[in-house]
Amino acid sequence: MKPLLLSHYTATSCIGRGLQQTLDALRQARLALKPCDFETVDLPTYIGEVEGLDDVVMAAGMADYNCRNNRLAQLGLEQDGFAEAVNVAVEKYGRDRIGVFMGTSTSGILETEQAFRERDPVTGALPAGLFYSKKQNTYSVADFTRQYFKLTGPAVAVSSACSSSAKVFSVARRMIEAGLIDAAVVGGVDTLCLTTLYGFTSLGLLSTQACRPYDTERDGISIGEAAAFALLERPTSNVDAHAIMLLGIGESSDAYHMSSPHPEGLGARMAMQQALQTAGLNPSDIDYINLHGTATLSNDAAEAKGVGAVFGHNTPCSSTKGATGHTLGAAGAVEAVICALALQNSFIPGGINTHEADPLLQLNYQLQNRDQVLTHVMSNSFGFGGTNCSLIFGLAQNLKQDKESS
Amino acid sequence: MATQLTAYIEGIGILGPGITNWHSASTILSGELPYHSTKTVIPAPELLPAAERRRASDIVKLTLAISLEAISGAGLEAESLPSVFSFSNGDGLNCHTICEMLASDDRQISPTRFHNSVHNAAAGYWSIATGAMATSSVLCAFDASFGAGLLDALTQVVVDKTRCILMASDTPYPEPMFHNRPIPDNFGIALVLAPEASQKAIAQIKISISHDDANKFDDTALEALRLAIPAARGLPLLQAIAQQKNSRVVLDYLGSTRLAIEVSPC
Repeated sequence: MKPLLLSHYTATSCIGRGLQQTLDALRQARLALKPCDFETVDLPTYIGEVEGLDDVVMAAGMADYNCRNNRLAQLGLEQDGFAEAVNVAVEKYGRDRIGVFMGTSTSGILETEQAFRERDPVTGALPAGLFYSKKQNTYSVADFTRQYFKLTGPAVAVSSACSSSAKVFSVARRMIEAGLIDAAVVGGVDTLCLTTLYGFTSLGLLSTQACRPYDTERDGISIGEAAAFALLERPTSNVDAHAIMLLGIGESSDAYHMSSPHPEGLGARMAMQQALQTAGLNPSDIDYINLHGTATLSNDAAEAKGVGAVFGHNTPCSSTKGATGHTLGAAGAVEAVICALALQNSFIPGGINTHEADPLLQLNYQLQNRDQVLTHVMSNSFGFGGTNCSLIFGLAQNLKQDKESS
Repeated sequence: MATQLTAYIEGIGILGPGITNWHSASTILSGELPYHSTKTVIPAPELLPAAERRRASDIVKLTLAISLEAISGAGLEAESLPSVFSFSNGDGLNCHTICEMLASDDRQISPTRFHNSVHNAAAGYWSIATGAMATSSVLCAFDASFGAGLLDALTQVVVDKTRCILMASDTPYPEPMFHNRPIPDNFGIALVLAPEASQKAIAQIKISISHDDANKFDDTALEALRLAIPAARGLPLLQAIAQQKNSRVVLDYLGSTRLAIEVSPC
């Protein structure tokens, strides 16, 4: 594929608002998951909550979009000068030449869950003021983002569970290569809600502790919430050496089971191999893998088999979900940003909360942060329904070297 | 000039109120037979393993039915076919039931209800039924979902030079959500798209972004269907194909951003 430039990016999760706080939290291996005290939820689990979401005031004209998910979207895109960068791109390319592709799994369902408690006892009617299209609908967060920037180009929400905001990079790549747009705002936003907390409980997949990916004692996920965004553009010839490039994308379907991964990690393996192929790279070119690593028994086991089949057992890897929790539809974009931070700051983030990497999984799992110059990194995102996506990122300077040496 | 994306339609599947398949749709859309709206009848999903068949909801069965018609029409196997799914809602009944349970004293929703709640549930069942391990793009753009799906499918065909199947389908919510989102019945359209002309091709389409007015139906019942269900916003394209002559149609997409399509029979 033709490499794409991540000209700007940002992430907000329970470990911090914006890049600096996120980087500091990773560097300090800060624990941010806490016992669940969300809404009226009474479950023995941990969550990764973004503090202060109820205090976010919606931008002028955006009041109809007011729901937890869109408040987090707005908080997220107002960090790190991201909104200003998009506005500069609007000046450069035009409102109709910038696409919006956002990943989410539950959008604004929380407000509908709450509205069902307020139903009229006689008629069963929902309370007035519930804007279905601008809150509950899966497209809501993409619509919010498009309207926030007053864009008029193509837009869509990608909603394939926990691969959603990895796959937005693929939709954007095709749109840009097809010539329909010149730039894309991509990202993922997912927020805490009752459906996922009680739903993952029903599957026995929620951890009773802060989640411990790849640990011998892992027992499930900790649900988090996050907003992460990137501005994708075609690279110019004078691109900064330390700029982050999207180099490869691999996607596959397990065709196996609705809520369990293929036991041999077959779909995951196909996605990783395709990402390498589209980037024109060999497994040995990847210096670090940010694993999907949800901390469920079966997901980590299946992913480890897939990684082992493609990379062998030496490539350094970790899951950062011990820090952020599993942010579901936002996880792909959050972990893309973490990969960008790792590349630009030359470090491998250790998988915090994991005390002893499961020897049965046979990977070079990094428990501690490690300073190391990185050339290419991979991020894995897999989801319910057997949907898989692997992304490869690298520094622009290495791209130039690759081209010169080839 | 606006960027134009070209593809060839090799197979069509359709199911909706008063429409049982592409043959029935084409006779109505070409004006041979009048349109009468009757409740959509969804066939049983024979292709699914027994366990999944029991758990499959209307959106799964509807999507499977339209895709199988399009794939067999194109004379293809699904196994290696990349797919685009576009749903304006997902599974409305399941969403309603979960919200009702979460508002009750007993919030224990079942595992099946939960995994059916993901927007890509039908995509997951579809890949299990067909064995397709290629990529699938699962999308939502509210009322613009048909156009968004078509555009994404076209970029796969043009950029990655691959065949691709688009499945756009919608199912209703029960009350009280029906009041906020009044989709009246099940409706879906599937298209198999190819990058090159072949013997299988039914029509060539060339798509570009446009601000021209969208095509409407003269027939009031068809126009009501087009407006009531987001996936039915694709019907004017199918009418142009059914009429088997060169034509240009404009489909609704995002507000004043629409899709202009030049249609030529093959």
